[in-house]
Amino acid sequence: MNDVHPPSAHQELMDRFLSQNRLFYGPDPLIIEDHRIGPRSAREAELLSQPVDPHQVNQVRGLVIAALDEGNTMIEQMGAAPGAKWGDLVVAIYTAAGDLSMIAPHGVVGFAACCHYPIKFILKYWTDEPTVGVREGDGFIHNDARYGGIHNTDQSMMMPLFWNGKLVAWLSATVHEGENGSCEPGGMPAAAESKFDEGLKMPPFKVVENFHIRRDLQTFLQNSVRDPKLQFEDMKVKLHAVLRLRERMLRILAEHGEEALIVTLRKNLEDVVEEVRRRIAELPDGTTRVVAFPDSTLRENVLLKLNMAITVKGDRMTIDMRGSSPEIINRSINTNLASFKTMLFTGYLQNIWPDLPQCMAVFTPLDFLFDANSLVHGSFDTPQAMSLIPLFKAMTIACIPMAKLGYMLPHRYTATVAPGYDQPATLIYGGLTQNGENVGNFCADINGMGQGGRAHRDGEHSVSPPFAAHCDLGEIELMEEEIPIVRLGAFTLTKDRVGFGKFRSGMGYEQIATFRRSGLWGFMTGCCGSLFSSSQPLFGGYGSPAYPLCKVKGIDIFEELKKNPEGIKFDIIDLMNRQPIRGATYSTHDMGMTFELAAPGELYMMCQGAGGGYGDVLLRDPVAVMTDIEEDLISHDTARDIYKVAFDPVSLIVDQEGTLRLRESERRARIARGVPFDAFVQDWVTPEPPAAVPFCGSWDDPAVIYGVHAGQRVKMAADKLAGMFMLNPKDVRIARLEQELKAARGDCTPSD
Amino acid sequence: MKVLVTENLRIDLDSESWECRHCGKVLIGARENYKRGLVVYDRDPRQIHKPLLDPVKFKLTFAPDPDWCRILEYYCPQCGTMMETEYLPPGHPPVRDIEFDIDALKAQWRHRPELSEAPVGREPPRRQSHDHSSHTPESRK
Ligand SMILES: [Zn+2]
Repeated sequence: MNDVHPPSAHQELMDRFLSQNRLFYGPDPLIIEDHRIGPRSAREAELLSQPVDPHQVNQVRGLVIAALDEGNTMIEQMGAAPGAKWGDLVVAIYTAAGDLSMIAPHGVVGFAACCHYPIKFILKYWTDEPTVGVREGDGFIHNDARYGGIHNTDQSMMMPLFWNGKLVAWLSATVHEGENGSCEPGGMPAAAESKFDEGLKMPPFKVVENFHIRRDLQTFLQNSVRDPKLQFEDMKVKLHAVLRLRERMLRILAEHGEEALIVTLRKNLEDVVEEVRRRIAELPDGTTRVVAFPDSTLRENVLLKLNMAITVKGDRMTIDMRGSSPEIINRSINTNLASFKTMLFTGYLQNIWPDLPQCMAVFTPLDFLFDANSLVHGSFDTPQAMSLIPLFKAMTIACIPMAKLGYMLPHRYTATVAPGYDQPATLIYGGLTQNGENVGNFCADINGMGQGGRAHRDGEHSVSPPFAAHCDLGEIELMEEEIPIVRLGAFTLTKDRVGFGKFRSGMGYEQIATFRRSGLWGFMTGCCGSLFSSSQPLFGGYGSPAYPLCKVKGIDIFEELKKNPEGIKFDIIDLMNRQPIRGATYSTHDMGMTFELAAPGELYMMCQGAGGGYGDVLLRDPVAVMTDIEEDLISHDTARDIYKVAFDPVSLIVDQEGTLRLRESERRARIARGVPFDAFVQDWVTPEPPAAVPFCGSWDDPAVIYGVHAGQRVKMAADKLAGMFMLNPKDVRIARLEQELKAARGDCTPSD
Repeated sequence: MKVLVTENLRIDLDSESWECRHCGKVLIGARENYKRGLVVYDRDPRQIHKPLLDPVKFKLTFAPDPDWCRILEYYCPQCGTMMETEYLPPGHPPVRDIEFDIDALKAQWRHRPELSEAPVGREPPRRQSHDHSSHTPESRK
């Protein structure tokens, strides 16, 4: 066929036709793959070419931060979502181009970094679209992480801020709402096998006109979720928080002028870019690496490698995730690269540079390398509802390579810290409440993770989730008024489940839950780390243990408590080992449990986990080990076997000389059993992953990726990854049982 | 000039070698993988993260599965300090976790003063009202 070269007038016509007749405005890779702040606008360039008054910038910044704080507090006070009540939210402000410039000081920075992308989508596609447009009084809603975001439980309200008819900034409010109509209640469906199982999938669209929510659209959204009350209330709460923020911004504009606001928002970003470049340049040139192994798709146990290399060269930093597991086309734990970068960014602002202004400019100097169609750069069609599995790793593991780059510096921006616990260890629930309402959401325990050990002190217990420092566990009594869950036990710290080290990790606590006064109620959990330790240590400490899910079923604990109030102690280890309730079934499971209905009074038990330990256990102060015993954090056996401390078991007084002897003898034993590295590697390294372990990711060469496809091991080139397909775990189980049955019958029964 | 690299390791820039910070043992050349200067032990994770649930009754016990997860313990061959630990599936190649450009490092440290101890960083401001020690006459001074 001949090439056709239309005359330029025709070409123009054709271009216009194509741009005006796009079939579908899907996620735009040009937006979603660009984590950097945009270039200066003409107006910004003009204003910044003149002298800037730093005092005014500082004053305006203070006023904006105070306004953001007020909006954040409003949502905390009024929000209906459990997440809103414990601080799983943020209010933020962006430049006119949509670059995130500031957040409320105790908000979740990741959420705000998510809106960065959808605002750019709105600007690019809806501004000039005659049926949409961006006008004063408009508000846009969004939840689909494929357009920017962490996961689809989070809903945002985004509003343009106009002054004298000109767009000068964007405002947003985001809350982890939970329920979104997904195939399992609560919005984080591990059972999602395609993106169509994920429930509401909102690209950014206009839901507010003339400062009012359109009731028809709101009704559509309410009709799509299990909890229409939550959907109604929180859309209003977010809108009114943004409107209050808008009022405050208008007052700032009236007082200081639009120039001052534009300059402040932009300068805040550019100053941060400069500071981050300076911080990178002071690091040594070179590469540090870490690997992590989530051990579950939440449907089956599979070892999924995440491979991270951080390279510094001058003032550039490259984060290379190549060699990680391929994506899985029918499991929900994939993430897209924008979500991954957002959470990595959150981790930097939590653990590495927490003193920096929380804005998108922090990552502008960074470059990224991903394999396309990998677990951390999943294609838009993969289900991503439980992207938290790779994302929680993104927020924590970078602590290790960054500590190895930054330890040598003559100053610290914060203490060097081992990774915190990195699983969303909380019960997700759904059903009919005692008040007759349909709900689906999760418990605030996700905020109670143990911190890693630090260079100068132990990690804090049950301190925060990896995505925010300011979230809380909420009030159990308030929760019990709204939902039928009853919490048994007293949030006891998980004895002996510690990241041991010179400075031990903070610990998690036991969660023992049941319910009553509901005829329809169930639970799910979405964590890895039941086979392979989840938190990693730093500088010679130990990681977290593995954590199973424990169930006690076939009984009603409330009846048992009436019969035998003294005989039951709400301690997971004691309950499971001693089995004090006659007739109950006691079982352990990995922590990836899809939604299941329970009976009233049955027990579902799990732990919030420990972070990684810091430094050699033999360097831990023996007196601190005794304090751990006194605080019931560890057993006498742990003090003796792990920390090698000699002590009087009654008085807990350390035998200093005995301890020195024990520790010296352990050092000698280590040297005796240790094998020189080269010889060890000869013996240890196998050419391929163990045959019995379903392994996904690179082994010795990041260019060769192993995977599991339809039950078979496959090998792929890293630059040509294809999504893996998992068999239905029930089919796998049925096949195994059929085989066992056949063997038991002696092979003579014809199969069906 | 010595540069602290981790809690346990430093690099002597003049002799271009990795050293143990605890006993001063010269481990290997600074351009090499420092792990080559250490001794390694393949630890069954159940010895550290012990089964807390009865293994006769339950498959999952809070101990990692040794067929999936091993702990590589790296020791200084002279003083026996645990310099690093690595959680890996059995047979997985140990990770080259630190690889610096030594020439660039030398240039970078030409004008920096030597440190013998790492700084710890600032503590965040803490509210005193819930800290009972602040009520004692001692701390009011
Ligand atoms: Zn040594």
